[in-house]
Amino acid sequence: MSRLAVPKTYKLYIGGKFPRSESGRTYEVATAKGAFLANAAKASRKDARDAVVAARAAVAGWTGATGYNRGQVLYRIAELLEGRHAQFAGEIASSEGISLAAAAREVDAAIDVWVWYAGWADKYVQVAGNGNPVSGPYFNLSTPEPTGVVAIVAPQASSLLGLVSVIAPAVVTGNTVVVVASETAPLSAISLAEVLATSDVPGGVINILTGSPAEIAPWLASHADVNALDLAGAERLDWVDLQISAADTLKRVLTPVTGVPAPSLDRIVAFTETKTVWHTKSLI
Amino acid sequence: MNFLEYAPAPESPSILHLRKEYGLFIDGEFVKGHGKPFATISPSSEKHIAQIANANAKDVDVAVAAARRAYDRTWSKLSGADRGKFLFRIARLVQERARELAVAESLDNGKPIKESRDVDVPLVAAWFFYYAGWADKLDYAGLGASPAALGVAAQVIPWNFPLLMLAWKIAPALAAGNTVVLKPAETTPLTALLFAEILQQAELPAGVVNILTGAGDTGAALVNHPDVNKVAFTGSTAVGRAIAKSTAGTGKKLTLELGGKAANIVFDDAPIDQAVEGIVNGIFFNQGHVCCAGSRLLVQENIHEEVVDRLKRRLSTLRLGDPLDKNTDIGAINSREQLDRIRELSDIGEAEGADRWTADCAIPENGFWFAPTIFDNVSTSSRIAREEIFGPVLSVLTFRTPAEAISKANNTPYGLSAGIWSDKGSKILAVADQLKAGVIWANTFNRFDPASPFGGYKESGYGREGGRHGLAAYLQTSIDAGASRTPVAARTTITKKVTK
Amino acid sequence: MTLVNPVVLAPAARAIQMLGGDLTETSLRLHLEGLSGVDAVGLEERAAALGTRSIKTASKAWALDKIIELIDLTTLEGADTPGKVRSLVAKAMTPDPGDMTTPRVAAVCVYGDMVPYAVDALGAAHSRGTGNGINIAAVATAFPSGRASLRVKLADTADAVAAGADEIDMVIDRGAFLSGRYGQVFDDIVAVKEACRRENGTYAHLKVILETGELNTYDNVRRASWLAILAGGDFIKTSTGKVAPAATLPVTLLMLQVVRDWHHLTGERIGVKPAGGIRTSKDAIKYLVTVAETAGEEWLTPSLFRFGASSLLNDVLLQRQKIRTGHYSGPDYVTVD
Repeated sequence: MSRLAVPKTYKLYIGGKFPRSESGRTYEVATAKGAFLANAAKASRKDARDAVVAARAAVAGWTGATGYNRGQVLYRIAELLEGRHAQFAGEIASSEGISLAAAAREVDAAIDVWVWYAGWADKYVQVAGNGNPVSGPYFNLSTPEPTGVVAIVAPQASSLLGLVSVIAPAVVTGNTVVVVASETAPLSAISLAEVLATSDVPGGVINILTGSPAEIAPWLASHADVNALDLAGAERLDWVDLQISAADTLKRVLTPVTGVPAPSLDRIVAFTETKTVWHTKSLI
Repeated sequence: MNFLEYAPAPESPSILHLRKEYGLFIDGEFVKGHGKPFATISPSSEKHIAQIANANAKDVDVAVAAARRAYDRTWSKLSGADRGKFLFRIARLVQERARELAVAESLDNGKPIKESRDVDVPLVAAWFFYYAGWADKLDYAGLGASPAALGVAAQVIPWNFPLLMLAWKIAPALAAGNTVVLKPAETTPLTALLFAEILQQAELPAGVVNILTGAGDTGAALVNHPDVNKVAFTGSTAVGRAIAKSTAGTGKKLTLELGGKAANIVFDDAPIDQAVEGIVNGIFFNQGHVCCAGSRLLVQENIHEEVVDRLKRRLSTLRLGDPLDKNTDIGAINSREQLDRIRELSDIGEAEGADRWTADCAIPENGFWFAPTIFDNVSTSSRIAREEIFGPVLSVLTFRTPAEAISKANNTPYGLSAGIWSDKGSKILAVADQLKAGVIWANTFNRFDPASPFGGYKESGYGREGGRHGLAAYLQTSIDAGASRTPVAARTTITKKVTK
Repeated sequence: MTLVNPVVLAPAARAIQMLGGDLTETSLRLHLEGLSGVDAVGLEERAAALGTRSIKTASKAWALDKIIELIDLTTLEGADTPGKVRSLVAKAMTPDPGDMTTPRVAAVCVYGDMVPYAVDALGAAHSRGTGNGINIAAVATAFPSGRASLRVKLADTADAVAAGADEIDMVIDRGAFLSGRYGQVFDDIVAVKEACRRENGTYAHLKVILETGELNTYDNVRRASWLAILAGGDFIKTSTGKVAPAATLPVTLLMLQVVRDWHHLTGERIGVKPAGGIRTSKDAIKYLVTVAETAGEEWLTPSLFRFGASSLLNDVLLQRQKIRTGHYSGPDYVTVD
């Protein structure tokens, strides 16, 4: 007689904790072939609000950490993902309906994305910043800084690779994020949250919501305490409305992409603010 | 005699050879506009300067088409080196005609000639000179190999630094390989039109730069034109927000340089005389018509009285009057509308209980004037501490610790600039780290340079102007290349949403 | 620095008023080090901005006469002779023989041993402390280096005063200042001030030369200015003219800020004298503007502001001739002294 499996309860990930949706709602997640997989939490606008509060609270500490430290924290995520490679491959294969080998390749790629971005933590300032030769006796330096709290609609396909490809460039600089996972394949997002919870990422730096992006995204787009909006996975939503709504507080917005955004420095810089500091120079 | 009442030393307007009326500058020629022409007046005398054409939607169409044609047929085919040479030519022509441009600017805008002569116009030349050198070096801009231009850039600029803002917009746009349709502000079109003459002297190919004069509706028609690829706007946050909405989903690349309510933080270990000068320069430069003006003075409580006292004594030496007089420190307010707004907010400040002090200076009979004014004991919740006044009005608040200074400085939806005054380097750098502002002046204020990026956090806009960063606003990055845009058909609904 | 045996300084009224009765090296140091710092770039920018004032027509004519009235016409050469001094005095009394409306200068400034010749040459034009006429200023205290014992410096001073000098231009011990011995610099000034005392109990006016070119930093200039005032100086003066840079507009602006602040604090007005390197009317007018807009227009009087200069006078005379005749003049139309 085979052993009876113990299924997992999938919850939200907010402020380093795993709450159920305050609304008590869940929705059925099925395999690509339609078989029941799990009940995922269906986040409400209040969950989104709580996630923004958690993300804002985490900004000071995460932004204040050294680049060297953030780089190690991100690399640590890659290490832990590697150790749970098989679990993620299995989850992806069943929920996305792709072969185990293809799922394994997606996990490989996701791990490599963390490693790639981890290395930028103590370099992006050098590459995106400038010493400026102004015409006068002034020290003048431009450096990029994290913009603050970034709300993200994750790519709907490639549920793990898409997710890490939007989270990593935002958090590597010191931003904190509230990310709405793939609606149809949210399970690997919550499993990633379990990785994050046991990694060195401080609570609140990455907050993950599952549920309906169409329902949650407008609340994030209009939230005055959100500084930027990544609509990477919002192609099928009424994303122009979201962008218009974000303009009320002049949030920085990245528009939808088809598929998974390729690793790029531009994505890192997109959610930074260039600060230029002048100071007088004199010997006397 | 009283020496300090220096005898008049006016710069002569006879250097100007103005036309009675100016057309729109489209495709290399001045042409008639189809809107109702309007007059530009001198805000210091309310005297008529010239009749200015008004571009309607049809003129916008023609100008954008000219820019598109110039982009397709001429400008995009030119080498970077040749684009650079045109910009160098423009820089030199600006230098050659510097005095004339300065006089025209002071006449039309109301700013003191010493500022237009020593700040605005030299920076205009410097801006073209700086970006000229980039035109054939875009590969080194950190945006990948051979970064592509965007196409036609629609640019709308404000009235506070008419020619300088034009340079901030046009120089990087052309260096990056774009063509331009620019709209100067309704109250200050004059120097943009003189600049058009400079473009003719430089033999810039027709259509590469087009200048449309008009009011807000002309600007709206321009930024919402379906055939522009890039929108750059400097002005109020309210209009910037509307543009961000109307361009949403269009794929137009957008940079916005909007309002500010900068904190100028004076610590008790500041170099006090220079700090006082910096406060004066921070808020009274250009009559306070500066988006990055240090309009909130945050002074450490233990030196509050001393600083305010020194400030009042210093302000009493400022000379308000004829903008063309070389000894004028404070010129005219740019328009009656702006003067009304400054008066309204100042009255509110008084009603809210702040202590008002106004420098004792004679106000000329004609024109729009506002004497330098300080509000002391302003609370953080007061409207004059939160809203951009855009005039010579300083709000004074106090703090006790660096942490309190930072928290009060950042307590605003804006984030354009900030000042820090202290002799202690470690404190300056730590405070600068924590201020949410795009430009931070430590032991100085209101310094500008083409090599130095300028632009804000939060509701002060997005994108940077100046330096290498300023090029990124006019070139395609990997993100622009992958950006989604809605089909044209869907755009009508967007426009509707904005107007509601 | 020791608190066990505080080095007590000479009692000087202003210092006691400002720092209290127990005047020591330590209390002086703490006071001077507590002064606000100076940001050089900001100071120089402010000076440059003041230099862009455009002084025209009636204001310019007034300014040119005022400059002459404020000049300490100076000869400080090893080669000075009685004849040279007589010539200088003649120029001081009649700057422009072609225009008798030209005002006289404030003073002639000579070495101590030349004072008797100046007294002789001035005759009735010598003010002798009355405020009417031309003063004689003597450099003293082992000018320009100041490298002599205090005994010698005091003798140098007393000698000049006895010979009829109305004003003493002393130098501070820059070595002592730069090595932090503020108390010594202070005591020297107090002692020299006392040596300026005439037999009848009045004092020759004391100008304290900081030699700002050697003090090097603006922070030092501010401290030295403050120190010189506390010790009893009537004037603070930039330079000997023997060290480059001599007077500059930023340094003068800074010293004017100090006397402005002192006045605000105590109600007492201290004079300022930039010396060396001011050769043209255009430059001198920038100084007038700086005085008027910093300390106030009331400082534009010989008891509160002087130019230490020699060639400046002729340039001002050329400008005056230009205004009077409407055409440019030439060096043959002003006299050499």
